[in-house]
Amino acid sequence: MKLKGTEIFLKVLEEEKVDIIFGYPGGAVLDLYDQLYESNLRHILVRHEQGAVHAADGYARATGKVGVCLVTSGPGATNTVTGIATANMDSIPLVVFTGQVPTGLIGNDAFQECDITGITRPCTKHNFLVRNIEELASTIKEAFHIARSGRPGPVLVDLPKNVMAAQYDYDPTNIKIRNHEAVYKPAPKKMANVFDMLNAAKKPLIMTGGGVILGKASEELTLLARKYEIPVTGTLMGLGSFPGTDPLWLGMLGMHGTYYANMAVSHCDFMLAVGVRFDDRVTGSIETFAANAKIVQIDIDPSSINKNVTVDLPIIGDTRATLKDILRFLEEHHYTQDAGLRAQWLREIAEWREKVPLNYCKNGEVIKPQYVIEKLQELTKGDALITTDVGQHQMWTAQFFHFDRPNTFVSSGGLGTMGFGLPAAIGVKCAFPDKQVVAIAGDGSIQMNIQELATAAQYNIAVKVVLLNNEFLGMPRQWQEMFYNKRYSHTDMTYAPDFVKLAEAFGVIGLRATKPAEVETVLKQGLAADKPVLMDFRISRDECVYPMVHPGGSINQMTLGSREMIN
Amino acid sequence: MEKKDHIISILVHNKPDVLARVAGTLGGKGYNIDSLCVNTTTQNDISKIVMTTSGSQATITRIENQLQRLVDVISVDDLTNVESVHREMVLVRLNLTAENAEPVKNAIDTNKWKVIVSGDTYLIIEITGDKRQIEFSLARLEPLGIADITRTGLVALTLED
Repeated sequence: MKLKGTEIFLKVLEEEKVDIIFGYPGGAVLDLYDQLYESNLRHILVRHEQGAVHAADGYARATGKVGVCLVTSGPGATNTVTGIATANMDSIPLVVFTGQVPTGLIGNDAFQECDITGITRPCTKHNFLVRNIEELASTIKEAFHIARSGRPGPVLVDLPKNVMAAQYDYDPTNIKIRNHEAVYKPAPKKMANVFDMLNAAKKPLIMTGGGVILGKASEELTLLARKYEIPVTGTLMGLGSFPGTDPLWLGMLGMHGTYYANMAVSHCDFMLAVGVRFDDRVTGSIETFAANAKIVQIDIDPSSINKNVTVDLPIIGDTRATLKDILRFLEEHHYTQDAGLRAQWLREIAEWREKVPLNYCKNGEVIKPQYVIEKLQELTKGDALITTDVGQHQMWTAQFFHFDRPNTFVSSGGLGTMGFGLPAAIGVKCAFPDKQVVAIAGDGSIQMNIQELATAAQYNIAVKVVLLNNEFLGMPRQWQEMFYNKRYSHTDMTYAPDFVKLAEAFGVIGLRATKPAEVETVLKQGLAADKPVLMDFRISRDECVYPMVHPGGSINQMTLGSREMIN
Repeated sequence: MEKKDHIISILVHNKPDVLARVAGTLGGKGYNIDSLCVNTTTQNDISKIVMTTSGSQATITRIENQLQRLVDVISVDDLTNVESVHREMVLVRLNLTAENAEPVKNAIDTNKWKVIVSGDTYLIIEITGDKRQIEFSLARLEPLGIADITRTGLVALTLED
């Protein structure tokens, strides 16, 4: 049957079980949009292409499925770059379709032409320019396959206008694509090594990361930790991969990790690092990171092994398959922990936790951001999907909201993209319309993609924005306070819109709390609404995120709230 | 760790942009390519890229791992410690003058250089060999007055699979 390129496009998306796309039309994709006009495929019209990619990204992180967007050529395509780089750093599966000028004009500097495959080469897992209609269906199929296989990532497909308008005999049974599934089963002989190392350990620790969530391995990780009483710390991307309310959970490690997590890392003699890549924000000084520990690293991507931290036993494999193998091996070989030793290690950690709990100075006059987050947890009973922007509010969320399930914390970890939270929340809410979806934002970040309030209002996507407004670019301000002699160069954001009025102008409910006593009322009202809401919490202006490991310092050297250094 | 020259042989699918992807992966991560050679293999849809780079063993392993991540890369092999033969080619143009005609002729005879084009005022010589041999020949040609040269990247082939 002869079909147009645009029809083939929709057919393949249907076969790939795509139920929603986020997009923005323009000249080069008008044929596609014309085809969408009579299609049942759900399309969300965003207000900026960066928002489309973040929304697809939020959808992907919350569902584990591939997120999809569609934008036009030239500026439409270049506007996706930040979103694509964000997904790439956190290994999020996306397929981004960009329009392109007709193939005959490519290279001529045609109107709205740009070499988007060239631009995105370093920030995609792979990309394609579809040069003729014959390869359209197989390219789209391959793009989805690449996005979700192995270590996932974003794939861009550039679609020239004439290719989409051409006709071709489409036969879905006759599409051949290359297979990119490598072998993800770990080497069996490594299990005995893990057994021996764990058996010799007096102070074992698990470090969980984004790879546990992407690999759907939370259940296995949780079982392993609980069965053998191994305490667990995690990276920002690992939050939710182990229950945040479990007594074995130590909270996040690293620059803004808990005191007890960082101390446990520094004192452990065995570390099982699962799906982590040892980012510099996590390790601090490499030389002193887990210096006493034998480290086992499990990762699907060989390039993550020994990249930053040299490990004793690398295991290349799918996190879930590997943890299953470890569990089986330990059981078959009757591993049991020495109860006395384990109790002693857990007591040591409990003492650190008692000495410096995660805390903040409560205040009856000024709203503390941590208080807002604690209240949010209490009122939602933790049953919410949370997105964040990047900065202080992101760290407070990571510290004070306890994520019990994977895929419930959606945040830009690697790239650290401001403006991520609101559009990502829109994507999450589209996937889970019956769930409470909250975007925790800062006043700097929210202004980077605030136009997406219009998207939320148009489709009544009832996301709730919790704005922790300190009228500062808070994290740079904190660094200026600590490392730049309080010279607050260009971080004061006092000049800002009235966010309540702005929300209302977009057709979104705007609420404000200026005193601690108002926090609960505003949150209750905002959470109860079945419309999108922006809640403007005017928080303490100079609150800092503690503990803090100084950049490049050892993670057992932390500045705490009251400023004393603790060793 | 000790920095060393390494010869990396990469098999790739002969797809658009594949060279840009390989080169960009190295450049973007801050690694240098010292020489490069690319052509198809006996299969038209598969190309071989031979490149030389330098770094510690850890750096080279990182480079190999980064390249392996590319969708169009089939295999990556470090030939440095594998028994293999290495060749480069250089084309050299010498301008002929009344003064150098005799010494040039003598040098060509002595060194058995292959003259591939010979004009009234110029000669083009082709030299193949491993890096050391090429350097040796270039040093001998230098005093004769080299007008221009073009040098290929290194190609390498292992003695066994």
